[in-house]
Amino acid sequence: MREKLNSIDHFEALQDRLVSEWDRDVPTIVIPAGTCGRAAGADELIHATQQEITSRKLDGRIRLRITGCHGLCEMEPCVLIEPEGTIYPKIDPTEMARIVEAVARGEVLEDLLSQDPETGARIQKQKDLPFLKKQVRTILGRNEMLDPMRIEDYVRSGGYSAMAKVLARGAPAAVVEDVKASGLRGRGGAGFPTGRKWELLAKQPSDGGKFLVCNADEGDPGAYMDRSVLEGNPHSIVEGMIIGAYGTGATEGVIYVRNEYPLAVEHADIALQQARELGLLGEHILGTDFCFDISLVRGAGAFVCGEETALIRSIEGKIGEPRQRPPFPVEKGIDNKPTAINNVETWANIPIIIAQGAQQFAEIGTANNSGTKVFSLVGKIRNTGLVEVPMGTTIREIVHDIGGGPAGNARIKAVQTGGPSGGCIPAEMFDLPIDYDSLVEAGSIMGSGGMIVMDEDTCMVDVARYFMNFLKDESCGKCFTCRKGTQRMYEILDDIAKGSGTLEQLDLLEELAHVVKDTAMCGLGQTAPNPVLSTLRYFRDEYVEHIRKRRCPAGVCKELITYSINENCVGCQACVRACPVGAVKGREKEQHSIDAEKCIKCGLCRNVCKFEAVDVT
Amino acid sequence: MHEVTLTIDGLELTADEGMTVLEAALANSIYIPHLCYHPDLTPAGVCRLCMVEIDGRGLTISCKAPVEEGMVVRTDSPEINKVRRIAAELLIVNHHADCLACASNTQCKLQEVANYIGIEEERLARLRQPTAAFPIDLSNPFFIRDPNKCILCGICVRTCEEVQRVRAIDFAFRGFLTTISTFGDKPLAESICESCGECVTRCPAGALTPRKSQRPAREVSTTCPYCGCGCGIYLGVRGEKVVSVRGDVDNPVNKGALCVKGRFGYDFINHPERLTSPLIKQNGEFVKVTWDEALDCIGSNLSKCRGDEFAAISSAKCTNEENYLIQKFTRAVMGTNNIDHCARLCHAPTVAGLAQSLGSGAMTNSINEIGSASCVFAIGTNTTVAHPIIGLQIRQAQQNDAKLIVANPRRINLCRFADVFLQHRPGTDVALLMGMMRVIVDEGLFDSSFIEGRTEGFEAFSASLSSFDLDRVEQITGVERKNIIEAARIYATCKPATILYAMGITQHSHGTDNVLAISNIALITGNIGKPSTGVNPLRGQNNVQGACDTGALPGVYPGYQKVGDPAVRRKFESAWGCSLNESPGLTHVEIFDAIYARAIKTLYLVGENPILSEANATHVEEAINRLEFFVVQDIFLSETARLADVVLPAVTFAEKDGTFTNTERRVQRVYKAIEPIGDAKPDSWITCQIAKKLDAKGFDFSHPREIMDEIASLTPSYAGISYERLEKGGLQWPCPAGEHHPGTPILHTERFATENGRAKLVPLEYKPSAELPDDQYPLILTTERSLYHFHTATMTRKVAGLNVLRDRELVEINPKDATALGIADGETVRVVSRRGEVTADAKVTDVSPPGVICMTFHFAESPTNVLTSSALDPVAKIPETKVCAVRIERLEGAVA
Repeated sequence: MREKLNSIDHFEALQDRLVSEWDRDVPTIVIPAGTCGRAAGADELIHATQQEITSRKLDGRIRLRITGCHGLCEMEPCVLIEPEGTIYPKIDPTEMARIVEAVARGEVLEDLLSQDPETGARIQKQKDLPFLKKQVRTILGRNEMLDPMRIEDYVRSGGYSAMAKVLARGAPAAVVEDVKASGLRGRGGAGFPTGRKWELLAKQPSDGGKFLVCNADEGDPGAYMDRSVLEGNPHSIVEGMIIGAYGTGATEGVIYVRNEYPLAVEHADIALQQARELGLLGEHILGTDFCFDISLVRGAGAFVCGEETALIRSIEGKIGEPRQRPPFPVEKGIDNKPTAINNVETWANIPIIIAQGAQQFAEIGTANNSGTKVFSLVGKIRNTGLVEVPMGTTIREIVHDIGGGPAGNARIKAVQTGGPSGGCIPAEMFDLPIDYDSLVEAGSIMGSGGMIVMDEDTCMVDVARYFMNFLKDESCGKCFTCRKGTQRMYEILDDIAKGSGTLEQLDLLEELAHVVKDTAMCGLGQTAPNPVLSTLRYFRDEYVEHIRKRRCPAGVCKELITYSINENCVGCQACVRACPVGAVKGREKEQHSIDAEKCIKCGLCRNVCKFEAVDVT
Repeated sequence: MHEVTLTIDGLELTADEGMTVLEAALANSIYIPHLCYHPDLTPAGVCRLCMVEIDGRGLTISCKAPVEEGMVVRTDSPEINKVRRIAAELLIVNHHADCLACASNTQCKLQEVANYIGIEEERLARLRQPTAAFPIDLSNPFFIRDPNKCILCGICVRTCEEVQRVRAIDFAFRGFLTTISTFGDKPLAESICESCGECVTRCPAGALTPRKSQRPAREVSTTCPYCGCGCGIYLGVRGEKVVSVRGDVDNPVNKGALCVKGRFGYDFINHPERLTSPLIKQNGEFVKVTWDEALDCIGSNLSKCRGDEFAAISSAKCTNEENYLIQKFTRAVMGTNNIDHCARLCHAPTVAGLAQSLGSGAMTNSINEIGSASCVFAIGTNTTVAHPIIGLQIRQAQQNDAKLIVANPRRINLCRFADVFLQHRPGTDVALLMGMMRVIVDEGLFDSSFIEGRTEGFEAFSASLSSFDLDRVEQITGVERKNIIEAARIYATCKPATILYAMGITQHSHGTDNVLAISNIALITGNIGKPSTGVNPLRGQNNVQGACDTGALPGVYPGYQKVGDPAVRRKFESAWGCSLNESPGLTHVEIFDAIYARAIKTLYLVGENPILSEANATHVEEAINRLEFFVVQDIFLSETARLADVVLPAVTFAEKDGTFTNTERRVQRVYKAIEPIGDAKPDSWITCQIAKKLDAKGFDFSHPREIMDEIASLTPSYAGISYERLEKGGLQWPCPAGEHHPGTPILHTERFATENGRAKLVPLEYKPSAELPDDQYPLILTTERSLYHFHTATMTRKVAGLNVLRDRELVEINPKDATALGIADGETVRVVSRRGEVTADAKVTDVSPPGVICMTFHFAESPTNVLTSSALDPVAKIPETKVCAVRIERLEGAVA
């Protein structure tokens, strides 16, 4: 049990003590163990490290810190050595003995270091990784500094100072002014200015109480920025919300987190308990008159619950369905009380704004798009991972400089941003600076930060069909045009992908897309047609080719392709063994053949072939 | 109300502030296509068809847009039509359209939209036709749910939530598979749906349709014949058959709402088993006879036994006029005051108790005030089951953030919504209420100025609280003290607070004390004589209030004028032209005791079935068998009628004119909708004919209107009531003489109806119930009602659908007791008391607390009242049907 802090002075004394007791020079093994790291094997590394430290009697001489995700997906599981900043990627637990030994001796294990893909040169320090060079990791960078289950780590690294600062300053309105001056826009996707939202909340009558909500219902396929922040640095969210409550007069906070994020739930829960123990949350925070507490509500997995009004209903214990706005949540939200909802990343920015000052924050990024934005960079790209860049960075910089370009030989042809409701941006437009407004202009949205890279082996009709399939299932079904429109759009896309589409259907598809966009009640419906509209806008040729020539240029749509084996075949039988349905025939050292009748077009033969002997036409 | 001016389609119009654009348009006959809007419900804005263009805003949903000054709206433009047309087409193409075979044909909102849009086959053909078909839910006996016609407007969901507050259905699943579903996607009949049919009346597209979909040729406004709520209904008639019922939205009681019995329970009217000719028993068999033969037979028998050897039991199902005539006949022609009716078995303690404390034994306030109370205290009433429309008012109050206190030995449906639930032992109401009053007095939460200004006896009363310390109260009632304290504080401080009670309070050997305790708690907190307060006994039968008002009681003439008062008696003697018996007659139970003792030899019984409804029913049957002459007047050959010498066929409420007085003292018209079935006759006609056979004067009436005029002339509280006035709507008594008295929605606003105008606080002590469990009979039997049946179910069991929803008696038993006795859910068991035994199926449920079992008395196959105790309340003479000791036995041969 921690001793409760009864004043701001007590808090500062604790922070000073933690800093002064901290010896920076003690060698520290840092193991990122977010959900992704654990999936890649971080738990085994941790276990092995603990054993090595104990068996070598190095307790106290070498520290082990288990942190959240650092965003280096491609390198998981990895080990970071402080204070030097040495990074060892893709480490097998059996290597930990050597690493612990080397750390104890202050040595570097060259053979375990990562290599530059172009030159083959070894890269020792994390900061020298090409993936990180162009990033500005204001938010993500803090994950490696702290164990998310220890509030002391957060406090030592400057945490809760921003909160103490606003409490000491004692002018709630100034908090809102700071956030307004910072130019911070909501990181959930729509980019509504956060300061303005808070100003509206602050103006609402406070007699019945007001709510602040952290929306951690991150549901976009392939997006995991918020999970990493909530897992890796939950106190930054808690601190952000406390500051927000102080500025807006909110009385209750809710972190709404999807139940599919068990580690985030656990870490957030621990963070709330620890903050309460220290008197940073609850009644009379740090001995002042200011009271605010936060509870945790777990979402049940409906994508639409990321939409504000559906999220509110879900928190109220009702079926998560959106309702028509106005009234806006800031007027009537949870239990009809004024409610402001911000997403995880927005909250994580708040302590930074207060700590640095609004002006300094606004200097990063561009005029109307200040600060950094975290993206999860996935798809057909070499370096997948979490990327944090200043607003205004071009897509090209992200895809080619940070992402390292295509993963294979195929040329990159587009990125998809904004999740299922986002759109595709073609390679010709990669000089587009990433900010809320440019993306909308290009027919996509920022969304919460998903970024899926697509190359020439990606079929845009298939992409649109994939997202529409997702959206038609996730449409809450309440409002008529979304429910029926997404289904009908999916059916048309399915027809086209199967070669039975017509050009008239293409017109109908566009007509439906516009109707759903214009008439749907909530953000899900209004943006649901984006994948269709943006692919039609930039890749109409692919649609027409599917319809007119019954052909899928990317070789993806199964009904339109045939697998065959060419003369490169050496008769190695690898494909014969791989085929799950026995469609590949052929004797050893003779050219094989594929029985088109039996073939289910799964592509396994092509994957296993080492001689480029399998054609898709 | 502030008005704003706006322009819609170039037309300048005014609308009340707070209206939506859609409402303003519709009110001015400008049609905007819409499907999910319903005037009674919160707008959902889901159909997206009511798109309009508002200057400065672009496309907007009009059902969600409040009108604003100077707003310029267009309902039709190329922009709107571009989206609206395809939005409607998406819906139409997906609707299983077999319009001619659909019960909603010509009333369908989707047809209305299609007409507006103008359907083009080619455009529809572009869209995929539906392939999958949802199964149709046929589980409910009264209506069909066809999801294939459902447009998912959600009106049914909102009706169930906002109007009925049952929440049986909601949206389920997602996207294209979205459907309206019960919890767990079970058939409606297996859900918590109460079959009220409110959703059916509102469904715009034929997804919910009544099974009987014959449209009436004409409709007749009248009053529901079931419980005491007194809902206004329209009977739909085709030929000489009642084919539909709908609620009257203008009736202040129900505002259009109805329960399952009211809406669907009308099959008994044209039922083939209706009595259609008089019957005389010859050699143990009934023989059809003419009216002349029957009346001659009755005349000759009755003329032999005038005076106190005769008794009449009148009927709370009959009209005021009929009850008046029956008591007049009994008193003026037969020369006895031996007249009573089933009020004796339900609210006699109310009449006796409240007359003592307040001076008048009826609901002090009106039904539609309950919804505005800040606290509703429901004790001994299973309101949502027995008075469903009043149950809606409780839910309404809660919607307005009222606190709900429920006191009941059983965990009834209302407990779902209760802020405090006091689960006291059966028969411990006095202790519970005195405990609450002890808290109120100890904590100084009473209204001293009200006590001082309007009551008397506070000192003696508060002295009597001394024996109710909470230790003792806890021990007697089994309720934790913290709950008692919380309930007391809520009731005393959340004002206005209203008390609702019913038979859980009255049907006890100390029922009058229970009523006095209720009256005490209302008085000391000043919760009486003001809107949304009061002491509100919920009366059971449609006209039990009226039967009492019109004098079908042994001790009083119409208007509660005492038989023993010489001046009163002289008034009635001169009006009726005869001399009257000065001694009060016997009460209901006493009459059967006197019959048993052969002191009463002849009984004229109208519209009642005591073989099932009277406590200790075996004794009643034995008594009836000792009668020398027994006449029964009814609509069916009831269990009791089978024992009669002469049976006279009467008519239902649908076949006659008259008035019913509901539980809130509202006198309302009953209008004849069809001609009598067969040779059946209105009860008023029959009673007059019998009287005339006995050469009586004063029984010549050409229409019930004239009877009401006679009632008004003799009954001060009805003096201002006439059919002419009732045409315009009901009137609540007291309605003194004069053309313009508006009636009295709230009693006791200025003074109480007692002699000195002050209410009396009455000291009370706790008296245990007469028969408590012991080793031989270790369980308490208490009685209740089912939502789906009424009283002895003479009417409801003739309604096939109601028998589907509840087809047999069920003995509710707590799982603890069931386990101890080795009884499985659904197993047939024998329930045994000191007076008899019945068999019925067990229903294992924690609705009943351990040690208490519960049965209805609707089913002749399991006549529960064979078991009950006829221990009487000494003042009100009501038998204790809520508490008796029983044991449960497994049947021989039952497998453990």
